Amino acid sequence: MSVLDIRDLKVEFPGRKSTFVAVQGVHLEVEAGKILGVVGESGAGKSTVGNAVIGLLQEPGRIAQGEIRLHDDRIDTLPEKQKRHIRGRKIGMIFQDPLTSLDPLQTVESQLVETIRTHLPLSSSQARARAIELIDAVGIPNPSERISQYPHQFSGGMRQRVVIALALCAEPELVIADEPTTALDVSIQAQILELMKRLCADRNVAMMVITHDMGVIADITDHVAVMYHGKLVEYGETHQVLGAPQHRYTQSLISAVPRPDVRVERFPVVDYIEKAGKPAKQIDIATHWLGQTRDYTKTDGPLVEIEDLTMRFEVKGSLIPSRRKHFDAVKAVSFDIKEGETFGVVGESGSGKSTIARIITGLYHPTAGTIRFAGTDLTSLTNRRQILAMRRQMQMIFQDPYSSLNARMRVRDIIAEPIKFHRLASSNSEVRQIVEDLLDHVGLGAAAGKKFPHEFSGGQRQRISIARALATRPRFLLCDEPTSALDVSIQAQILNLLKDLQDELGLTMMFISHDLAVIRQMCNRIAVMKNGELCEVADCDTLFESPQHDYTRHLLKLMPSMELLSRANIETA
Amino acid sequence: MLGFAMRRLVQAMIVMLVVALLAFTLFRFVGDPVNQMVGVETSLEQREALRESLGLNDPVPVQFWRFISNAAQFDFGTSYQFRQPVSDLFAKRIPATLELSFVSALFALIVGIPMGVYAGLNRESAVSKLFLSVSLVGISLPTFLIGILLIFVFSVNLQWLPSFGRGETVQIGGWWTTGFLTVSGLKALILPSITLGLYQMTLIMRLIRAEMLEVIRTDYIKFARARGLPDRLVHFRHALKNTLIPVITITGLQLGAIIAFATITETVFQWPGMGLMFLQAVQNVDIPIMSAYLLLTAFLFVSINFIVDILYFLIDPRLRVERA
Repeated sequence: MSVLDIRDLKVEFPGRKSTFVAVQGVHLEVEAGKILGVVGESGAGKSTVGNAVIGLLQEPGRIAQGEIRLHDDRIDTLPEKQKRHIRGRKIGMIFQDPLTSLDPLQTVESQLVETIRTHLPLSSSQARARAIELIDAVGIPNPSERISQYPHQFSGGMRQRVVIALALCAEPELVIADEPTTALDVSIQAQILELMKRLCADRNVAMMVITHDMGVIADITDHVAVMYHGKLVEYGETHQVLGAPQHRYTQSLISAVPRPDVRVERFPVVDYIEKAGKPAKQIDIATHWLGQTRDYTKTDGPLVEIEDLTMRFEVKGSLIPSRRKHFDAVKAVSFDIKEGETFGVVGESGSGKSTIARIITGLYHPTAGTIRFAGTDLTSLTNRRQILAMRRQMQMIFQDPYSSLNARMRVRDIIAEPIKFHRLASSNSEVRQIVEDLLDHVGLGAAAGKKFPHEFSGGQRQRISIARALATRPRFLLCDEPTSALDVSIQAQILNLLKDLQDELGLTMMFISHDLAVIRQMCNRIAVMKNGELCEVADCDTLFESPQHDYTRHLLKLMPSMELLSRANIETA
Repeated sequence: MLGFAMRRLVQAMIVMLVVALLAFTLFRFVGDPVNQMVGVETSLEQREALRESLGLNDPVPVQFWRFISNAAQFDFGTSYQFRQPVSDLFAKRIPATLELSFVSALFALIVGIPMGVYAGLNRESAVSKLFLSVSLVGISLPTFLIGILLIFVFSVNLQWLPSFGRGETVQIGGWWTTGFLTVSGLKALILPSITLGLYQMTLIMRLIRAEMLEVIRTDYIKFARARGLPDRLVHFRHALKNTLIPVITITGLQLGAIIAFATITETVFQWPGMGLMFLQAVQNVDIPIMSAYLLLTAFLFVSINFIVDILYFLIDPRLRVERA
């Protein structure tokens, strides 16, 4: 018999003018000791299902139809007071971001003890003993000492373990995990998934994992439900759904997932979801302003040469030099980037990969080492005009498409700014024409220029960022996790766009990512970084097939296996 | 923590030195002190002798040093109007002002915090909207008008409460007088402390409300609810405590403002505190009182700020560890 049984669920959010239906006609079941995955892209309503089950729908959301049963007892119609006794006691919940889901001002112990004592009739010393037991069970070393610490004294992965311990406090029968590993690094993600699988089996808990990550689904779930626009499009055993998807949406979604084992020329476009951005008007790169970038002096050697680059940050200042504390974000790193290639930099958070990009673009001044760009030593330049000329040749695309665009400027002004600043066009009407062509070229259409950034989705904003980067006719593009904030289908489009632009304009790219699968699809050569040090640099295929460094092997091993996934629709390169 | 406290102490001392310099400049250069002290018929020789005996012919740094060391021993010179040492005058007035400020700060906190919490949690309810409208009155009406209105209603029409003064006071120890121990003293405190604390109360209420609205949306509150914790724990242990840092900052500064700028309220209620004395000093160009008042005010603000900084440490564990 199933622990959780959702029948014909409909959740709606009544608005002033119309009612928004977030979830409709969803049937789901979870059995004890099994993991159900709910997968879908943002806005698919998957989190809403989780919130409806635990009874924490955001105002003014309500369950309009259907029923939710826990062990055959209806829980959706219970009064609020009884729902509270189910939350935590019968249903535990795990949230996405471990950095924000713990109260920063309370010790781990007090948060655990208060939860235990809310639900179980234990004395405070018994509750404390149980808390220590739980902390131990989720794999935190030194439980009796660490329990009296505050959340900020734990790393991200450890905090997620604390969150899991909190969810398991009162032996719930069902655990809902909403994107439990999205905010974590690959190696931590692997550990947390392992832990969840183990706890689920050991304690015979039913688990519902909500995620957008096909890798997580393939890795730990027994059953999977695919959601699209609030509706269930496919539901079945995981290997069945992933291996032989029936619905067209599932098929295109799976084909858009970048996989580490096959290299594709272009990603299959999920036209089911959003109209693929095709340039409305073809511009002839050879004659267009955008194509006139070949005025750079050709270099014989590599375009970018980095030698012994070191970046040291002062963490704690002091008058006495010996008491100062430093943190070496980048330690004596050297590599070259050849003209026209895509150079990948991969590593976990804190490995120094973004710091390198910031040093190259001049946002940080390195502590030691040299950077040569097309033969010129950037670190020794002092003349402002020379520095600007260099900066014009390199542009950056940032991770977060929400905070990297000025919310108070119109899109056309955002894109025109670099053109005007570097005086790349002779007249205002030419600037306007270039901006329109750029918007067309990245697939947004010239009309987008009149709007403000908030009127666009994440993927569209990333297109704006790309158009802005192209506006200086750069030679070298630094992409810092350009797609990690995006859904897979949108990610596929953006990656395709970057590949197209590179082919057309002969751009050199440095592509930073923590996602090995994406790196494999995009890059010619790859550098692996760990704790500020360079582990190895190798050709893409060499790195994936015969990694030299232990850490590279470790990273490759951690990648969620995509073998389950169907290979239909994929053309290998 | 100790290192932090030491650093803050050094900074506080620098601030005090700068203020002392200002106070000294005021005393020394706003008008000739000798002219202020002597009558019209004093001869030039007598003036010169006085000047010499006051040390006004010494080099300026020497005078400044003397000013500071005297101030450090609570010697601020002699008041021009009262012909008494300024420190004695202040000692007589300080208890009145401190008691008034203490009661009005207490009133602001005890009424403001629950109102703010309630309005933050039930933002749509009619009572919250009423709180907000009332608080608008508290912020927009000038203090003297509120004071006069209260006197009109409660003293003149209803005749429940006295309209001026401290009532009967009791002497405690050598120099402290208190109104807390007599009925008339307590009655006399009510109207002025409401007048003085109303603005702070509305400020605290609005601040807590805004912070609560912010905190209630955070993941840890959502997670606390998802663990089935009762509302009482979620609201007070988790939400309220997390709103306190900005509230403490503002409350600290406001407490300084209550003590230092009680002038208007004290004038309206003829409250025998420092504010009233300061106002009279300004009218009579009594510069020693003014410069002592300046120093005292700065000292209050600096010490309250220092306490607020230490409180941060007690509330937020993230600040307790050395940034590593």
